[in-house]
Parts: sequence; structure tokens; C-alpha cells
Amino acid sequence: MSDVLVRARGLTKRFGDFIAVDGIDVEVRPGEAFGFLGPNGAGKSSTMKMIGCVSPVTSGELQVFGMDPATHGPAIRARLGVCPQEDMLDGELTVEENLWIYGRYFGLSRREARARAQGLLEFAQLTDRRSDRVEPLSGGMKRRLTIARALISEPDLLLLDEPTTGLDPQARHVLWDKLFRLKQQGVTLIVTTHYMDEAEQLCDRLVVMDGGRIAAQGSPRELIERHCSREVLELRLDPVVSATGTTGAARGVELLGEAFGERLGERVEVLPDRVLVYTDDGEAALEAAHARGVRPISSLVRRASLEDVFLTLTGRTLVD
Amino acid sequence: MLAARVIERNVLAYRRLWVAFLTGFAEPVFYLFSLGLGVGALVHSVTTDAGTTVEYATFVAPALLASSAMNGAIFDSTYNVFFKLRYARTYEAMLATPIGPRDLALGEIAWSLIRGAMYSAAFLAVAVAIGAVDSWWGLLALPAAVFIALAFSAVGMFATTFMRSFLDFDFITLAIQPMFLFSATFFPLGTYPDALRLLVQATPLYHGVALERGLMLGEVGWGLLGHVAYLAILGMIGAVGVSRRLARLLLS
Ligand SMILES: Nc1ncnc2c1ncn2[C@@H]1O[C@H](COP(=O)(O)OP(=O)(O)OP(=O)(O)O)[C@@H](O)[C@H]1O
Ligand SMILES: [Mg+2]
Repeated sequence: MSDVLVRARGLTKRFGDFIAVDGIDVEVRPGEAFGFLGPNGAGKSSTMKMIGCVSPVTSGELQVFGMDPATHGPAIRARLGVCPQEDMLDGELTVEENLWIYGRYFGLSRREARARAQGLLEFAQLTDRRSDRVEPLSGGMKRRLTIARALISEPDLLLLDEPTTGLDPQARHVLWDKLFRLKQQGVTLIVTTHYMDEAEQLCDRLVVMDGGRIAAQGSPRELIERHCSREVLELRLDPVVSATGTTGAARGVELLGEAFGERLGERVEVLPDRVLVYTDDGEAALEAAHARGVRPISSLVRRASLEDVFLTLTGRTLVD
Repeated sequence: MLAARVIERNVLAYRRLWVAFLTGFAEPVFYLFSLGLGVGALVHSVTTDAGTTVEYATFVAPALLASSAMNGAIFDSTYNVFFKLRYARTYEAMLATPIGPRDLALGEIAWSLIRGAMYSAAFLAVAVAIGAVDSWWGLLALPAAVFIALAFSAVGMFATTFMRSFLDFDFITLAIQPMFLFSATFFPLGTYPDALRLLVQATPLYHGVALERGLMLGEVGWGLLGHVAYLAILGMIGAVGVSRRLARLLLS
């Protein structure tokens, strides 16, 4: 076994004329948790499907476990656990049968498949629904079952495409806990997510994708240090100029632009519901804004997070 | 053998759907009673293409056996496969495992074969019980039915991979209905006009019927192997086609 589990060089996926993945280079090492972040349509799922050997590579090089998906698809898939973005559970089978038969697809003996299904039903907290069909389950329950199903083969590499979408906070923490433990057992994780806290919690390294390309990569801490200020000042402005003395959004942005336009190291980002000021000293920035006459509904100074990196890199409306 | 896992999944799914099996079996039996016994009361005997004269029930039973194999195979390989392919995305989930498109194609075709064979076995038992089988060769009617089911499930499934919606299934009915009625099923080939006869002889059901009739009436010759070959080759071509189409559709 080499020191690289997944190696992509110039990996490209094209659908007709459309380029979904545009020549990315990625290396995932054994035992690490690797993340793909990016806005909708960035090409995360397309990449995951190529790694999962269910979508042929258009061009470039891809190796998983040192093998080529084009020629060794079944051998690679035998060592993968895949939680796709859409659940794709078997609606003609019960909850338990879904787990069990999936184990059989991986060549487990009946007894082994049954035993593992028991454990996974408990993990997914679906033991009392084991004999139900899949359809009446809630969205989160289906998601839990899909994740559990991905684990039945005890994979070496786990591909999780937005695993926690639709999960309640409690279920999300149960999953994180499980993923931590799998990682300790040496399982390699590749995760896509839109939740920044999830990426910061789970991923040792991650790449930010945008428009099929890699916009940045590194550990969560590195990315924040490299692409963001230390602190962020969040201001919520009134959408309309109101009688209570708060500043209207348009005017507020203008004032903030004046306040920070000339100073280096601060950037203002306007979101639909709030304005972010990236700065190394949030309190000072807030004072400066006040001095300029900005009266927000509320304000907050916080540490920069991966979310800010994401916003910076994937380019929402930027104001200088 | 991963195709066996595909069959296993279907067994699991169908355990609760045994009513579907019942109807698949009952239909040809009803035909046998209504045609063989009902029409048979009016048409006492038929001279087969081989020149022997037999009772109408004996004449029509092999054709109904062939049709039941066809129907059983078609039903599973079209509607059910379409549902799993386009709506339930069952196959997509299965392809994330070591199972590949070829295993899927083989497994699904084998499963329709099993269903076709089960219907045929039940039908054959009824036909024997009412004395509509004249020859010990009739024992081979069951394996012969498997070839019929093979040809139809493979071709049916291949056609299904091109369907866009359930409405397109009318095309299948359009192909199956006339074949059921005019594949020398209910009257001997000799009664067709020459031009039509060639058309009839081109259809797969004709070969199925001719094969079953030869065996169940004991009119056995090397020619029967020709029918087997026709059905087997059609089945193989269909199976290769299905596996290619599934790969194309599912691994994009
Ligand atoms: N089978 C397909 N045929 C055509 N285009 C596709 C196909 N699959 C994906 N695409 C396109 O490729 C682009 C990337 O899609 P992809 O699903 O990889 O994005 P994503 O990063 O996973 O987005 P999301 O966060 O919404 O899941 C999109 O523009 C999408 O429309
Ligand atoms: Mg996606």
C-alpha cells in the first residue's frame, strides 16, 4: 500500500460540453479525514462519484487504493463505503433488509450480514423501525439508514456526500462521534459538506471547490489564516431606513465602505441579511463604524471561521 | 457470483408480493380451460403442421405454455426493471457495491427466467393433469420454457432501457399481443397465407410455440434444436445489450 489512498491528477469530468470538474489535483492519505467544500454545482458530487467508480473519468488520472477505476472498479468498490447525496434506499425492502442485503452485495455471509445489521440499526437508532418499509421514514431517518448502510462492509475508505444534510443536531453529533471512532480505527474519510462547523470539526485537510476547480486547500486552521482576517465584525442593518435611528442597509454599506475603504487589511462583504467586516481587531472596527454614523440593529464580533474562507473564496458580492 | 445477489434481493422483495405470482400463473390456466375445453368442444381435432391429428386442447396447450413463459418473463423484465431503473434508483445504489452492470443484467434476466420457469412448471402440471400432454418428451417442455423466458426477458429488458415513461409500455403490448395471437398459437402455421407465414416464423414466440409443441406432442426432430438456437442467440444478444445499456445509463 502506498502512502496515498486517492490520487487525482488533472482529474476532469465533462457532461457534453459542460465541464463539471476541471482538472483538479487531490491526494488523500490513509487515515485522514479529507473534505470537499464548495457552493452548489461546484463539482463535489461529480468528484465523489468518480472516486466511487460509478462515473467514468473524462480525462486526467485517478487512482484509488493504487488502482484505476476504469479497470478495477469492482475491486475498489469492494473496499469503499458510499453514502451518496441522495439516499437511494431500496423502497421494496424493510429497513433491516436494506442493511442486510447491502452486506450481501459485498459478499458477506448471511450470518455476518445479519449480525452487522443489528449493530448498525442501533447506531442509526432505527431498531424499533426495523420491520418497516423505508418510504414512511422521516427524511433524517432515511439519511441515518443510508449512512448505516455505507458502513455494513466495514470499508477502508468512506465516501460521505453531505452526510448530515437533514439530520437533527443530536443525530449529527452521533454521526460525528461515530466518524471520529472510525477514523481512530484507521478508516479514511472523504466528506463533502456545506456545514462549516462540520468541516472544521471533522476534516484534517480540505479543498474548497468552485466552478469545478480547486480554489484553496489546506487544514481548516491554515485556510482561515491564509484567506481570512483574525476576526469578523458582523453587522445587521435595517433593510429600510426606520424611525428608531438605525441606518438603512444601502446607506450603511456606503458608510462602511468609506470607513474601511482606505484602510488596509479590512474587507467588507455584503450578504443579503448582514454585512461582514473582516478585520484583525473587531472592536476597533465596530468603533470606527460607529464613528462614521453606522447604527446597526445588532452587531457581533467573532473569530473568523471556515465559513468566512468559503465566502471569500467562492466570491459573493464584494465591496471595498 | 454477484448476479446471484441480485436474485436474492428480488426474492426478498417478492416474498410479500406472492399475489403477483398467483395471477401470472392463473392467466394461462384460464386460457387453457376456456380455449382447450371450451373451444375444444366445438373444434374437435386439429391437424398439426407435422401432419398428426390431435385434440384441440392438446394442440393449444404447448402454445399457452410458451405464452406463459413469455408473459412471466416480460412482466418482470419490463415494468419492474423500468421502475427500479428510472424511479426507485435501486440499481444506482447497487452499483456502489462490487456489483457491476453485467451482474445486474445477468441477475435480472436470471430472475425473470426463474419466474417464467415457475409459471411454466405450474402450467405444465395442470396441462398434464387434464391430459393435454401426449408424450414423455413433454418433460423437456420445462427446460424449453426457460429458453423462451430467456429470449423474452433479455429482449424485453433491452427494450425497457430505451423507455422514457410508463406510456412507452404500450409499444410492448403492441408487440406482445399480436405475437400471442398469431404465432401459430391457436391454429397451425399451414393456415396462414404464404407471406404472413414468413413473418410469423420470424417472431420469437413462434419458435417457442413450435418448440413446445414438438416436445409435448412428441413430434421430435433435429429441427427443434433450431428453435432452441434461435431463442438462445436472441437471449445472448439481448443480455449483452442490456449490460451495455445499463452501464451507459447508470455510469454517466
Ligand atoms: N449527470 C449529469 N449530467 C449533466 N450534468 C451534470 C450531471 N451531474 C452533474 N452535472 C452538473 O455538474 C455540475 C456539478 O454538479 P455536482 O453535483 O458535482 O455539484 P455539487 O458540488 O455536488 O453541488 P451540490 O452542493 O449542489 O451537491 C452541476 O452544474 C451539474 O448540473
Ligand atoms: Mg453534490
